[in-house]
Amino acid sequence: MDPIILQSTLWLGGIGLVSAIALAVADKYLSVPEDPRIGKVTGLLSGANCGGCGYAGCADYARAIVLQDAELNLCTPGGSACANAIAAFLGKAAEALEKRTALVLCCGDNAETVRRAAYNGINDCAAAQATAGGDKGCTYGCLGYGSCARVCPVNAIAISNGLAKVDKNRCIACGKCVAACPRKLIKLVPSSAVIHVLCHSKDKGPTVKKVCGTGCIGCRLCTKIADDGAIFMDGFLAVVDYTKPPTHDELIAKCPSHCIRKA
Amino acid sequence: MEYLLLIISAILVNNFVLSRFLGICPFLGVSKNISTALGMSGAVIFVIAIASAATWCLQKFLLEPLGLEKFLQTLSFILVIAALVQLIDIVMKRFAPPLHAALGIFLPLITTNCAVLGVAVLNMQEGYGFVKSVVFGTAAAVGFSFALLIFTGLREKIERADPPRCFRGVAISLVTAGLLSLAFMGFSGLVK
Repeated sequence: MDPIILQSTLWLGGIGLVSAIALAVADKYLSVPEDPRIGKVTGLLSGANCGGCGYAGCADYARAIVLQDAELNLCTPGGSACANAIAAFLGKAAEALEKRTALVLCCGDNAETVRRAAYNGINDCAAAQATAGGDKGCTYGCLGYGSCARVCPVNAIAISNGLAKVDKNRCIACGKCVAACPRKLIKLVPSSAVIHVLCHSKDKGPTVKKVCGTGCIGCRLCTKIADDGAIFMDGFLAVVDYTKPPTHDELIAKCPSHCIRKA
Repeated sequence: MEYLLLIISAILVNNFVLSRFLGICPFLGVSKNISTALGMSGAVIFVIAIASAATWCLQKFLLEPLGLEKFLQTLSFILVIAALVQLIDIVMKRFAPPLHAALGIFLPLITTNCAVLGVAVLNMQEGYGFVKSVVFGTAAAVGFSFALLIFTGLREKIERADPPRCFRGVAISLVTAGLLSLAFMGFSGLVK
């Protein structure tokens, strides 16, 4: 055999062997031992990596649970089953996690509202908001440029006719849309609540009427129907108290501006 | 002066991504947002600087004395760079956890990237000395980072724009990369 073939094979093998030994030694003496529970807890989490818990993904949250005693019930996609499984594994008690969903507090789509300007800028709510306060007549309502829909990790938000709508079945309540909305219209509410006031305008009735067909005019009728305090007034806006959400179906029929709806 | 020319040449005139078309994969892959692009840039600068030093030593002290540099160069460079980066990864995790947290996930991604290997091979082709190799490698990596950051900035803007349907996504990114490359071609002739 040509000696050069043998020589180069041996040298390359030698370099590989030296590297392998160096790596093996480094791994044995220098590697940082990781708590084996972290891997197990990561496996118990949902694996959605949505960041809804406030950590940079499932593995990071698992590390926080094991090493920093983070709350066990922060994983929304996994729900209470996931929290209980982790609690059982670590021998801790998990506090119950109420299932929540994101809700867009606006029902004024393009058919109901007026646009006070023609906006042709970049297709983003924050940009539209920064351009003279947005093109929508109502300064509180949904702009409909889909900033929330773009950050949603599970595609639960759809924009139709200039209005964002959350699909309750898909929503994992990670809260990214809440942060993305420049008008702070999106709220995380308990999934069990079905009746909502879908308006966020604090303007007086006549002002609301001018720009939107379904805005809350502050007539206080709903607070009288739901006399248990399930709906209270914040200035000229009816607001649902989600600690005791309203159950009166009458509200939906009686609201004169039809902004109390089931969702 | 010689080093200054070398650095400007590596960063602008012969930019690794935009003129030599090396390292396109991370250029398109991690240019979605500025923070990951910064992490990647840091890792690339770090790895290329170390790889230039290591491969120069390998070439001068092992391959050339043995007369094997002609055909064992690429193979042994890949092997040594990959092993070295793994080693650094382990050492860094132990002694510099914050640095590891910032660069850690990018290190394995670029171990055998063509930009890294390209720098090592070019150093040998041009016959640079040890210091010159390291300077050239670092400058090339800075050039890569420069291009990556410019491109990321552009892509963040494009993300919010409203291009025609057929251009959306990768298509408009590739067109942008092409135009950026065209712009960098304007630097040719700056350094002979």
